[in-house]
Amino acid sequence: MDIWDIHCHLSGVPGETPESRLANLLEYADRMGVARLCIFMGMQWSYDPSPEKMRQENDEVLQALRHFPNRAFGFVYLNPKHRQASLDELNRCVRDGPMVGVKLWVAEHCNEPELDPLLERATELKAVIFQHTWIKVTGNLPGESTPMELAQLAARHPRATIVCGHSGGDWELGLRAIRPFQNVFTDLGGGAPTAGFTEMAVRELGMERVIYGSDVGGRSFSSQLAKVFGANISSTARRLILGDNLKRLLKPILDHKGIRL
Amino acid sequence: MKNLPNPNWSLSRRRFLLSACIGGTLAKFTAKAASQTRMPPPPKIIDVNVNLSRWPLRRIRYDDTAALAGMLNQKGVTQAWASTFDALLHKDLGSVNARLADECRRYGRRILLPFGSINPKSPDWEEELRRCSEEYQMIGIRLYPNYHGYKLDDPEFLKLLRLATDRHLIVQVALLMEDERMMHPLLRVQQVDATPLSGVVKEVPGARVVLLNATGKLSGSSLRDLTNAGQVFVEIAMLEGVGGISNLLKQVPAHRILFGSHAPLFYFDSALLKLKESPLDSNPLQQICRDNAERLTKKPS
Repeated sequence: MDIWDIHCHLSGVPGETPESRLANLLEYADRMGVARLCIFMGMQWSYDPSPEKMRQENDEVLQALRHFPNRAFGFVYLNPKHRQASLDELNRCVRDGPMVGVKLWVAEHCNEPELDPLLERATELKAVIFQHTWIKVTGNLPGESTPMELAQLAARHPRATIVCGHSGGDWELGLRAIRPFQNVFTDLGGGAPTAGFTEMAVRELGMERVIYGSDVGGRSFSSQLAKVFGANISSTARRLILGDNLKRLLKPILDHKGIRL
Repeated sequence: MKNLPNPNWSLSRRRFLLSACIGGTLAKFTAKAASQTRMPPPPKIIDVNVNLSRWPLRRIRYDDTAALAGMLNQKGVTQAWASTFDALLHKDLGSVNARLADECRRYGRRILLPFGSINPKSPDWEEELRRCSEEYQMIGIRLYPNYHGYKLDDPEFLKLLRLATDRHLIVQVALLMEDERMMHPLLRVQQVDATPLSGVVKEVPGARVVLLNATGKLSGSSLRDLTNAGQVFVEIAMLEGVGGISNLLKQVPAHRILFGSHAPLFYFDSALLKLKESPLDSNPLQQICRDNAERLTKKPS
Protein backbone atom coordinates (compact mmCIF):
# COMPACT_ATOMS: atom_id res chain seq x y z
CA MET A 1 0.00 0.00 0.00
CA ASP A 2 0.95 3.64 -0.40
CA ILE A 3 1.52 6.15 2.36
CA TRP A 4 -0.34 9.41 1.85
CA ASP A 5 0.61 12.47 3.88
CA ILE A 6 -2.13 15.00 4.54
CA HIS A 7 0.03 17.74 6.00
CA CYS A 8 2.99 19.14 4.03
CA HIS A 9 4.39 22.60 3.38
CA LEU A 10 6.81 24.27 1.03
CA SER A 11 8.42 26.19 3.87
CA GLY A 12 11.43 24.89 5.77
CA VAL A 13 12.63 23.15 2.63
CA PRO A 14 15.60 24.21 0.52
CA GLY A 15 14.86 25.47 -2.97
CA GLU A 16 14.44 28.76 -4.81
CA THR A 17 11.15 27.89 -6.49
CA PRO A 18 8.01 26.08 -5.37
CA GLU A 19 8.73 23.19 -7.71
CA SER A 20 12.33 22.80 -6.53
CA ARG A 21 11.12 22.71 -2.94
CA LEU A 22 8.52 20.09 -3.75
CA ALA A 23 11.18 18.12 -5.62
CA ASN A 24 13.33 18.19 -2.49
CA LEU A 25 10.44 17.10 -0.33
CA LEU A 26 9.70 14.24 -2.70
CA GLU A 27 13.28 13.00 -2.50
CA TYR A 28 12.87 12.61 1.24
CA ALA A 29 9.38 11.20 0.76
CA ASP A 30 10.83 8.56 -1.56
CA ARG A 31 13.39 7.59 1.05
CA MET A 32 10.58 7.09 3.55
CA GLY A 33 8.14 5.36 1.22
CA VAL A 34 5.62 8.22 1.17
CA ALA A 35 3.78 8.20 -2.14
CA ARG A 36 1.54 11.27 -2.05
CA LEU A 37 1.79 14.64 -0.34
CA CYS A 38 -0.97 17.15 0.34
CA ILE A 39 0.63 20.59 0.30
CA PHE A 40 -0.71 23.93 1.38
CA MET A 41 0.50 27.49 1.89
CA GLY A 42 3.37 29.14 0.10
CA MET A 43 7.09 29.54 0.54
CA GLN A 44 6.67 32.34 3.09
CA TRP A 45 3.65 32.25 5.34
CA SER A 46 1.37 34.95 6.61
CA TYR A 47 -0.76 34.55 9.75
CA ASP A 48 -3.41 36.88 8.37
CA PRO A 49 -2.95 37.03 4.61
CA SER A 50 -4.42 39.77 2.47
CA PRO A 51 -6.33 38.64 -0.62
CA GLU A 52 -3.22 39.32 -2.70
CA LYS A 53 -0.97 37.33 -0.37
CA MET A 54 -3.48 34.48 -0.23
CA ARG A 55 -3.53 34.33 -4.01
CA GLN A 56 0.25 34.44 -4.19
CA GLU A 57 0.66 31.53 -1.77
CA ASN A 58 -1.93 29.49 -3.66
CA ASP A 59 -0.22 30.32 -6.95
CA GLU A 60 3.01 28.91 -5.54
CA VAL A 61 1.28 25.67 -4.62
CA LEU A 62 -0.33 25.48 -8.07
CA GLN A 63 3.08 26.04 -9.65
CA ALA A 64 4.58 23.19 -7.64
CA LEU A 65 1.66 20.89 -8.44
CA ARG A 66 2.08 21.40 -12.18
CA HIS A 67 5.48 19.72 -12.00
CA PHE A 68 4.38 16.74 -9.93
CA PRO A 69 0.71 16.10 -10.70
CA ASN A 70 0.97 12.44 -9.80
CA ARG A 71 2.73 12.92 -6.48
CA ALA A 72 1.01 15.84 -4.77
CA PHE A 73 -2.41 17.32 -4.10
CA GLY A 74 -3.08 20.92 -3.18
CA PHE A 75 -5.29 22.49 -0.52
CA VAL A 76 -6.29 26.12 -1.06
CA TYR A 77 -5.25 28.50 1.72
CA LEU A 78 -8.11 30.82 2.76
CA ASN A 79 -8.61 33.68 5.18
CA PRO A 80 -12.19 33.90 6.53
CA LYS A 81 -11.73 37.61 7.19
CA HIS A 82 -11.80 38.12 3.43
CA ARG A 83 -15.00 36.32 2.59
CA GLN A 84 -15.45 37.09 -1.10
CA ALA A 85 -11.75 36.80 -1.89
CA SER A 86 -11.70 33.42 -0.16
CA LEU A 87 -14.75 32.22 -2.07
CA ASP A 88 -13.11 33.39 -5.28
CA GLU A 89 -9.92 31.51 -4.39
CA LEU A 90 -11.93 28.41 -3.54
CA ASN A 91 -13.59 28.52 -6.94
CA ARG A 92 -10.35 29.31 -8.77
CA CYS A 93 -8.23 26.63 -7.12
CA VAL A 94 -10.74 23.84 -6.40
CA ARG A 95 -13.70 24.24 -8.75
CA ASP A 96 -11.64 25.40 -11.71
CA GLY A 97 -8.22 24.15 -10.63
CA PRO A 98 -6.58 20.96 -9.45
CA MET A 99 -6.85 21.49 -5.69
CA VAL A 100 -8.85 19.08 -3.55
CA GLY A 101 -9.07 20.69 -0.13
CA VAL A 102 -9.11 23.84 1.98
CA LYS A 103 -6.53 24.97 4.52
CA LEU A 104 -7.52 27.30 7.34
CA TRP A 105 -4.81 28.46 9.72
CA VAL A 106 -4.72 31.16 12.37
CA ALA A 107 -6.30 34.25 10.82
CA GLU A 108 -9.64 33.73 12.57
CA HIS A 109 -11.07 31.49 15.25
CA CYS A 110 -12.86 28.70 13.46
CA ASN A 111 -16.08 28.95 15.45
CA GLU A 112 -16.73 32.43 14.05
CA PRO A 113 -19.64 32.76 11.59
CA GLU A 114 -17.30 34.09 8.91
CA LEU A 115 -16.31 30.50 8.23
CA ASP A 116 -19.82 29.31 7.42
CA PRO A 117 -20.00 30.36 3.76
CA LEU A 118 -16.54 28.90 3.16
CA LEU A 119 -17.48 25.56 4.63
CA GLU A 120 -20.75 25.50 2.72
CA ARG A 121 -19.01 26.17 -0.58
CA ALA A 122 -16.19 23.71 0.19
CA THR A 123 -18.77 21.04 0.99
CA GLU A 124 -20.59 21.71 -2.28
CA LEU A 125 -17.29 21.16 -4.06
CA LYS A 126 -16.63 17.98 -2.01
CA ALA A 127 -13.39 19.51 -0.73
CA VAL A 128 -11.74 18.29 2.49
CA ILE A 129 -11.35 21.06 5.06
CA PHE A 130 -8.16 21.11 7.11
CA GLN A 131 -8.28 23.42 10.12
CA HIS A 132 -5.16 24.06 12.20
CA THR A 133 -5.81 23.72 15.94
CA TRP A 134 -3.71 23.96 19.06
CA ILE A 135 -4.17 24.21 22.79
CA LYS A 136 -1.09 25.94 24.16
CA VAL A 137 -0.50 26.35 27.84
CA THR A 138 1.89 29.09 26.75
CA GLY A 139 -0.98 30.91 25.05
CA ASN A 140 -2.46 30.64 21.56
CA LEU A 141 -1.93 33.15 18.78
CA PRO A 142 -4.70 35.79 18.54
CA GLY A 143 -6.72 33.95 15.87
CA GLU A 144 -5.54 30.44 16.64
CA SER A 145 -8.33 27.89 17.01
CA THR A 146 -8.73 25.15 19.56
CA PRO A 147 -10.32 21.74 18.94
CA MET A 148 -13.18 22.88 21.16
CA GLU A 149 -13.89 25.70 18.71
CA LEU A 150 -13.59 23.25 15.84
CA ALA A 151 -16.22 21.09 17.50
CA GLN A 152 -18.61 24.05 17.40
CA LEU A 153 -17.91 24.50 13.70
CA ALA A 154 -18.41 20.81 13.02
CA ALA A 155 -21.75 20.84 14.82
CA ARG A 156 -22.96 23.56 12.45
CA HIS A 157 -21.69 21.70 9.37
CA PRO A 158 -22.41 17.99 9.79
CA ARG A 159 -22.03 17.34 6.04
CA ALA A 160 -18.58 18.88 5.84
CA THR A 161 -15.48 16.69 5.94
CA ILE A 162 -13.22 18.35 8.48
CA VAL A 163 -9.71 17.44 9.63
CA CYS A 164 -8.52 18.63 13.03
CA GLY A 165 -4.94 19.75 12.39
CA HIS A 166 -2.36 18.54 14.94
CA SER A 167 -5.17 16.93 16.97
CA GLY A 168 -5.03 20.15 18.94
CA GLY A 169 -1.35 19.73 19.84
CA ASP A 170 -2.35 18.84 23.38
CA TRP A 171 -3.90 15.68 22.01
CA GLU A 172 -5.15 14.33 25.30
CA LEU A 173 -7.61 17.23 25.33
CA GLY A 174 -8.02 17.75 21.61
CA LEU A 175 -9.10 14.21 20.82
CA ARG A 176 -11.78 14.39 23.49
CA ALA A 177 -13.10 17.66 22.11
CA ILE A 178 -13.72 16.29 18.61
CA ARG A 179 -14.74 12.79 19.69
CA PRO A 180 -18.54 13.24 19.35
CA PHE A 181 -18.37 14.58 15.79
CA GLN A 182 -18.22 11.81 13.23
CA ASN A 183 -17.47 14.22 10.40
CA VAL A 184 -14.24 15.32 12.11
CA PHE A 185 -11.06 13.38 11.46
CA THR A 186 -7.78 13.93 13.22
CA ASP A 187 -4.32 14.71 11.90
CA LEU A 188 -1.40 13.18 13.80
CA GLY A 189 1.14 15.61 12.41
CA GLY A 190 3.19 18.42 13.75
CA GLY A 191 3.85 17.61 17.38
CA ALA A 192 6.50 15.64 19.19
CA PRO A 193 6.40 11.86 18.67
CA THR A 194 5.02 11.30 22.14
CA ALA A 195 4.14 7.70 22.87
CA GLY A 196 0.48 6.99 23.41
CA PHE A 197 -0.84 9.65 21.02
CA THR A 198 -1.87 7.33 18.23
CA GLU A 199 -3.15 4.67 20.58
CA MET A 200 -5.47 7.20 22.22
CA ALA A 201 -6.64 8.52 18.84
CA VAL A 202 -7.55 5.02 17.69
CA ARG A 203 -9.17 4.17 21.00
CA GLU A 204 -11.28 7.31 21.26
CA LEU A 205 -12.12 8.12 17.64
CA GLY A 206 -11.86 4.74 15.96
CA MET A 207 -9.23 3.76 13.44
CA GLU A 208 -11.25 5.19 10.53
CA ARG A 209 -10.95 8.76 11.83
CA VAL A 210 -7.17 8.98 12.27
CA ILE A 211 -4.93 10.29 9.49
CA TYR A 212 -1.17 10.39 9.14
CA GLY A 213 0.31 13.82 8.46
CA SER A 214 3.83 15.07 8.96
CA ASP A 215 3.90 18.89 8.84
CA VAL A 216 7.15 18.75 6.83
CA GLY A 217 9.37 20.68 6.23
CA GLY A 218 9.22 22.05 9.80
CA ARG A 219 8.88 18.51 11.08
CA SER A 220 10.46 15.37 9.73
CA PHE A 221 8.78 12.46 8.03
CA SER A 222 10.60 10.27 10.55
CA SER A 223 9.22 11.61 13.79
CA GLN A 224 5.71 11.65 12.40
CA LEU A 225 5.76 8.25 10.73
CA ALA A 226 7.06 6.90 14.02
CA LYS A 227 3.73 7.82 15.59
CA VAL A 228 2.17 5.18 13.38
CA PHE A 229 4.95 2.60 13.11
CA GLY A 230 5.77 2.81 16.80
CA ALA A 231 2.20 2.68 18.06
CA ASN A 232 0.68 -0.39 19.59
CA ILE A 233 -2.16 -0.68 17.06
CA SER A 234 -3.37 -3.32 14.66
CA SER A 235 -1.99 -3.67 11.15
CA THR A 236 -5.45 -2.77 9.86
CA ALA A 237 -5.39 0.48 11.81
CA ARG A 238 -1.89 1.22 10.55
CA ARG A 239 -2.98 0.75 6.94
CA LEU A 240 -6.00 2.98 7.39
CA ILE A 241 -4.05 5.74 9.12
CA LEU A 242 -1.18 5.75 6.65
CA GLY A 243 -3.27 6.02 3.54
CA ASP A 244 -6.67 4.42 3.24
CA ASN A 245 -8.53 6.92 5.40
CA LEU A 246 -7.25 9.88 3.43
CA LYS A 247 -7.99 8.12 0.16
CA ARG A 248 -11.56 7.56 1.35
CA LEU A 249 -11.94 11.23 2.32
CA LEU A 250 -10.61 12.44 -1.01
CA LYS A 251 -12.44 9.92 -3.16
CA PRO A 252 -15.57 12.06 -3.75
CA ILE A 253 -13.64 15.04 -5.03
CA LEU A 254 -11.15 12.93 -6.97
CA ASP A 255 -14.04 11.09 -8.62
CA HIS A 256 -15.75 14.40 -9.33
CA LYS A 257 -12.59 15.72 -10.98
CA GLY A 258 -12.13 12.50 -12.89
CA ILE A 259 -8.83 11.77 -11.20
CA ARG A 260 -8.15 8.06 -11.20
CA LEU A 261 -5.50 6.60 -8.95
CA MET B 1 2.74 -3.74 3.54
CA LYS B 2 5.26 -3.44 0.79
CA ASN B 3 7.32 -0.31 0.34
CA LEU B 4 6.79 0.83 3.93
CA PRO B 5 9.79 1.88 6.03
CA ASN B 6 9.48 -0.82 8.64
CA PRO B 7 11.49 0.51 11.59
CA ASN B 8 12.08 -2.92 13.04
CA TRP B 9 15.74 -3.75 12.52
CA SER B 10 15.25 -7.41 12.89
CA LEU B 11 12.75 -7.52 10.08
CA SER B 12 14.01 -4.96 7.64
CA ARG B 13 17.62 -4.18 8.34
CA ARG B 14 18.66 -4.45 4.74
CA ARG B 15 16.01 -2.10 3.55
CA PHE B 16 16.81 0.29 6.36
CA LEU B 17 20.53 0.39 5.71
CA LEU B 18 19.93 0.89 2.09
CA SER B 19 18.74 4.35 2.86
CA ALA B 20 21.07 4.97 5.71
CA CYS B 21 24.32 4.04 4.00
CA ILE B 22 24.18 4.88 0.35
CA GLY B 23 23.82 8.61 0.75
CA GLY B 24 22.77 10.76 -2.14
CA THR B 25 22.45 7.93 -4.58
CA LEU B 26 19.45 6.61 -2.79
CA ALA B 27 17.54 9.84 -3.08
CA LYS B 28 17.17 9.09 -6.77
CA PHE B 29 15.59 5.73 -6.10
CA THR B 30 11.94 5.14 -5.65
CA ALA B 31 10.92 3.44 -2.45
CA LYS B 32 10.10 0.35 -4.45
CA ALA B 33 13.52 0.19 -5.99
CA ALA B 34 15.06 0.81 -2.60
CA SER B 35 13.31 -2.12 -1.06
CA GLN B 36 14.83 -4.45 -3.62
CA THR B 37 18.49 -3.58 -2.99
CA ARG B 38 20.74 -5.63 -0.75
CA MET B 39 22.77 -4.01 1.99
CA PRO B 40 25.42 -4.91 4.58
CA PRO B 41 24.33 -5.61 8.17
CA PRO B 42 23.48 -2.57 10.30
CA PRO B 43 25.62 -1.11 13.07
CA LYS B 44 24.65 -1.88 16.62
CA ILE B 45 23.21 1.14 18.33
CA ILE B 46 24.14 2.88 21.57
CA ASP B 47 21.14 4.93 22.69
CA VAL B 48 22.28 7.70 25.05
CA ASN B 49 18.82 8.97 25.97
CA VAL B 50 16.59 6.41 27.65
CA ASN B 51 14.34 6.79 30.70
CA LEU B 52 13.09 4.29 33.25
CA SER B 53 10.06 4.31 35.55
CA ARG B 54 6.88 6.29 35.02
CA TRP B 55 6.37 9.63 33.35
CA PRO B 56 4.59 11.68 36.04
CA LEU B 57 1.64 12.61 33.83
CA ARG B 58 0.79 9.52 31.83
CA ARG B 59 1.25 5.78 31.73
CA ILE B 60 3.21 4.86 28.64
CA ARG B 61 4.12 1.63 26.93
CA TYR B 62 7.51 0.32 28.07
CA ASP B 63 7.46 2.15 31.39
CA ASP B 64 8.47 -1.20 32.80
CA THR B 65 12.21 -1.80 32.81
CA ALA B 66 12.18 -5.37 31.54
CA ALA B 67 9.79 -4.50 28.72
CA LEU B 68 11.85 -1.47 27.77
CA ALA B 69 15.06 -3.48 27.67
CA GLY B 70 13.32 -6.09 25.56
CA MET B 71 12.11 -3.51 23.07
CA LEU B 72 15.53 -1.89 22.81
CA ASN B 73 17.17 -5.25 22.27
CA GLN B 74 14.69 -6.06 19.53
CA LYS B 75 15.43 -2.74 17.80
CA GLY B 76 19.16 -3.39 17.66
CA VAL B 77 20.25 -1.38 20.67
CA THR B 78 23.16 -3.03 22.45
CA GLN B 79 23.68 -0.33 25.07
CA ALA B 80 21.37 2.35 26.46
CA TRP B 81 22.24 5.10 28.90
CA ALA B 82 19.31 5.21 31.27
CA SER B 83 18.12 7.69 33.82
CA THR B 84 14.74 7.64 35.51
CA PHE B 85 11.71 9.91 35.38
CA ASP B 86 11.66 9.67 39.18
CA ALA B 87 14.65 12.01 39.24
CA LEU B 88 12.56 14.90 37.96
CA LEU B 89 10.43 15.39 41.05
CA HIS B 90 11.62 13.08 43.81
CA LYS B 91 13.66 14.86 46.47
CA ASP B 92 15.34 11.72 47.75
CA LEU B 93 17.70 11.16 44.86
CA GLY B 94 19.68 8.69 46.92
CA SER B 95 16.76 6.32 46.76
CA VAL B 96 16.09 7.15 43.12
CA ASN B 97 19.66 6.34 42.11
CA ALA B 98 19.79 3.14 44.15
CA ARG B 99 16.60 1.94 42.52
CA LEU B 100 17.86 2.90 39.07
CA ALA B 101 21.08 0.93 39.54
CA ASP B 102 19.14 -2.06 40.84
CA GLU B 103 16.59 -1.99 37.99
CA CYS B 104 19.32 -1.83 35.37
CA ARG B 105 21.21 -4.70 36.99
CA ARG B 106 18.18 -6.93 37.44
CA TYR B 107 16.16 -6.26 34.30
CA GLY B 108 18.47 -4.43 31.95
CA ARG B 109 19.66 -7.43 29.90
CA ARG B 110 23.16 -5.92 30.13
CA ILE B 111 21.89 -3.23 27.78
CA LEU B 112 20.89 -0.58 30.31
CA LEU B 113 23.65 1.46 31.90
CA PRO B 114 22.42 3.58 34.82
CA PHE B 115 23.04 7.32 34.82
CA GLY B 116 22.23 8.62 38.27
CA SER B 117 20.91 12.09 38.92
CA ILE B 118 22.40 14.78 41.10
CA ASN B 119 20.74 17.97 42.26
CA PRO B 120 23.51 20.42 43.08
CA LYS B 121 21.02 22.60 44.96
CA SER B 122 20.29 19.76 47.35
CA PRO B 123 22.18 19.39 50.66
CA ASP B 124 25.21 17.11 50.59
CA TRP B 125 24.82 16.30 46.91
CA GLU B 126 28.49 15.36 46.85
CA GLU B 127 27.62 12.12 48.64
CA GLU B 128 25.16 11.21 45.87
CA LEU B 129 27.90 11.80 43.35
CA ARG B 130 30.27 9.57 45.31
CA ARG B 131 27.70 6.78 45.45
CA CYS B 132 27.03 6.99 41.72
CA SER B 133 30.71 6.74 40.99
CA GLU B 134 31.98 4.37 43.66
CA GLU B 135 29.07 2.22 44.79
CA TYR B 136 27.13 1.89 41.54
CA GLN B 137 30.12 2.18 39.22
CA MET B 138 28.17 4.44 36.90
CA ILE B 139 29.88 5.91 33.87
CA GLY B 140 27.86 9.09 33.94
CA ILE B 141 25.19 11.21 35.52
CA ARG B 142 22.15 13.03 34.14
CA LEU B 143 21.13 16.51 35.27
CA TYR B 144 17.74 18.23 35.08
CA PRO B 145 18.51 21.90 35.82
CA ASN B 146 15.02 23.16 34.97
CA TYR B 147 13.28 20.64 37.23
CA HIS B 148 15.83 21.15 40.00
CA GLY B 149 15.79 24.92 39.86
CA TYR B 150 19.20 26.19 38.78
CA LYS B 151 20.86 27.67 35.74
CA LEU B 152 24.08 26.63 34.08
CA ASP B 153 25.92 29.70 35.32
CA ASP B 154 25.26 28.62 38.91
CA PRO B 155 28.55 28.10 40.79
CA GLU B 156 27.24 24.81 42.13
CA PHE B 157 26.88 23.50 38.60
CA LEU B 158 30.50 24.40 37.88
CA LYS B 159 31.55 22.61 41.05
CA LEU B 160 29.51 19.55 40.11
CA LEU B 161 31.01 19.47 36.63
CA ARG B 162 34.50 19.66 38.12
CA LEU B 163 33.92 16.87 40.63
CA ALA B 164 32.19 14.66 38.07
CA THR B 165 35.02 15.17 35.63
CA ASP B 166 37.54 14.32 38.34
CA ARG B 167 35.69 11.01 38.65
CA HIS B 168 35.71 10.56 34.84
CA LEU B 169 31.95 10.71 34.73
CA ILE B 170 30.09 11.73 31.58
CA VAL B 171 27.71 14.57 32.42
CA GLN B 172 24.39 14.61 30.59
CA VAL B 173 22.29 17.76 30.77
CA ALA B 174 18.63 17.43 29.76
CA LEU B 175 17.55 20.78 28.35
CA LEU B 176 13.92 19.80 28.02
CA MET B 177 11.73 16.76 28.58
CA GLU B 178 8.62 17.68 26.59
CA ASP B 179 7.21 20.43 24.40
CA GLU B 180 6.75 23.52 26.54
CA ARG B 181 3.44 24.29 24.83
CA MET B 182 1.72 21.17 26.11
CA MET B 183 3.05 20.91 29.63
CA HIS B 184 0.65 20.35 32.49
CA PRO B 185 -0.33 23.79 33.78
CA LEU B 186 0.90 22.87 37.24
CA LEU B 187 4.18 21.45 35.98
CA ARG B 188 5.59 24.04 33.66
CA VAL B 189 9.36 24.45 33.34
CA GLN B 190 11.33 26.47 30.86
CA GLN B 191 13.93 24.99 28.57
CA VAL B 192 17.38 25.17 30.10
CA ASP B 193 19.39 28.05 28.69
CA ALA B 194 22.56 26.40 27.41
CA THR B 195 24.33 29.67 26.65
CA PRO B 196 26.52 29.72 29.79
CA LEU B 197 27.76 26.21 29.10
CA SER B 198 30.42 27.32 26.62
CA GLY B 199 32.18 29.31 29.30
CA VAL B 200 31.72 26.70 32.01
CA VAL B 201 33.10 23.87 29.92
CA LYS B 202 36.23 25.89 29.17
CA GLU B 203 36.87 26.12 32.91
CA VAL B 204 36.83 22.35 33.32
CA PRO B 205 39.42 20.69 31.10
CA GLY B 206 38.48 17.12 30.30
CA ALA B 207 34.78 17.60 30.94
CA ARG B 208 32.57 15.49 28.70
CA VAL B 209 29.08 16.90 28.37
CA VAL B 210 26.15 15.40 26.47
CA LEU B 211 23.21 17.71 25.84
CA LEU B 212 19.92 15.83 25.73
CA ASN B 213 16.84 17.02 23.86
CA ALA B 214 18.80 20.04 22.69
CA THR B 215 18.51 19.88 18.92
CA GLY B 216 14.87 20.91 18.77
CA LYS B 217 15.56 24.53 19.59
CA LEU B 218 19.34 24.93 19.57
CA SER B 219 20.74 25.44 16.11
CA GLY B 220 23.05 27.58 14.06
CA SER B 221 25.82 29.53 15.70
CA SER B 222 24.67 28.88 19.26
CA LEU B 223 24.87 25.14 18.69
CA ARG B 224 28.16 25.46 16.85
CA ASP B 225 29.68 27.56 19.64
CA LEU B 226 28.68 25.02 22.25
CA THR B 227 30.14 22.03 20.48
CA ASN B 228 33.31 23.99 19.74
CA ALA B 229 33.78 25.01 23.35
CA GLY B 230 34.91 21.61 24.51
CA GLN B 231 33.83 17.99 24.46
CA VAL B 232 30.16 18.82 24.09
CA PHE B 233 27.91 16.35 22.30
CA VAL B 234 24.31 16.41 21.15
CA GLU B 235 21.84 13.67 20.28
CA ILE B 236 18.94 13.44 17.85
CA ALA B 237 15.81 12.70 19.90
CA MET B 238 14.22 16.13 19.44
CA LEU B 239 15.86 16.91 16.13
CA GLU B 240 13.22 18.03 13.66
CA GLY B 241 12.86 19.24 10.08
CA VAL B 242 12.93 17.23 6.91
CA GLY B 243 16.36 15.65 6.45
CA GLY B 244 17.20 16.53 10.04
CA ILE B 245 20.53 14.76 10.44
CA SER B 246 21.82 16.10 7.12
CA ASN B 247 21.00 19.59 8.34
CA LEU B 248 22.59 18.95 11.73
CA LEU B 249 25.79 17.77 10.08
CA LYS B 250 26.13 21.18 8.47
CA GLN B 251 26.31 22.69 11.95
CA VAL B 252 27.97 20.05 14.10
CA PRO B 253 30.70 17.59 13.10
CA ALA B 254 29.68 13.96 12.97
CA HIS B 255 31.99 13.04 15.84
CA ARG B 256 29.86 15.18 18.18
CA ILE B 257 26.50 13.63 17.34
CA LEU B 258 25.03 10.68 19.23
CA PHE B 259 21.99 8.47 18.80
CA GLY B 260 19.30 9.29 21.35
CA SER B 261 15.66 8.26 21.34
CA HIS B 262 14.12 9.73 24.52
CA ALA B 263 12.27 6.42 24.79
CA PRO B 264 9.87 5.46 26.09
CA LEU B 265 8.38 8.96 26.31
CA PHE B 266 8.96 9.24 22.56
CA TYR B 267 8.27 6.44 20.14
CA PHE B 268 11.69 4.84 19.68
CA ASP B 269 11.17 4.58 15.93
CA SER B 270 11.36 8.34 15.58
CA ALA B 271 15.11 8.38 16.15
CA LEU B 272 15.63 5.19 14.19
CA LEU B 273 13.83 6.50 11.12
CA LYS B 274 15.87 9.71 11.18
CA LEU B 275 18.88 7.61 10.22
CA LYS B 276 16.99 6.62 7.12
CA GLU B 277 15.52 9.98 6.20
CA SER B 278 18.90 11.64 5.74
CA PRO B 279 21.27 10.24 3.15
CA LEU B 280 24.23 9.31 5.33
CA ASP B 281 27.52 7.74 4.33
CA SER B 282 28.46 4.70 6.32
CA ASN B 283 31.13 6.53 8.28
CA PRO B 284 28.96 9.20 9.94
CA LEU B 285 26.22 6.64 10.37
CA GLN B 286 28.58 4.40 12.33
CA GLN B 287 29.85 7.35 14.33
CA ILE B 288 26.38 8.51 15.28
CA CYS B 289 24.97 5.08 15.99
CA ARG B 290 27.84 3.78 18.04
CA ASP B 291 31.44 4.93 17.72
CA ASN B 292 31.10 8.34 19.34
CA ALA B 293 29.29 6.98 22.38
CA GLU B 294 31.67 4.07 22.66
CA ARG B 295 34.63 6.44 22.65
CA LEU B 296 32.98 8.53 25.36
CA THR B 297 32.66 5.56 27.66
CA LYS B 298 36.38 4.89 27.63
CA LYS B 299 38.18 6.47 30.54
CA PRO B 300 41.24 8.48 29.59
CA SER B 301 44.45 6.53 30.16
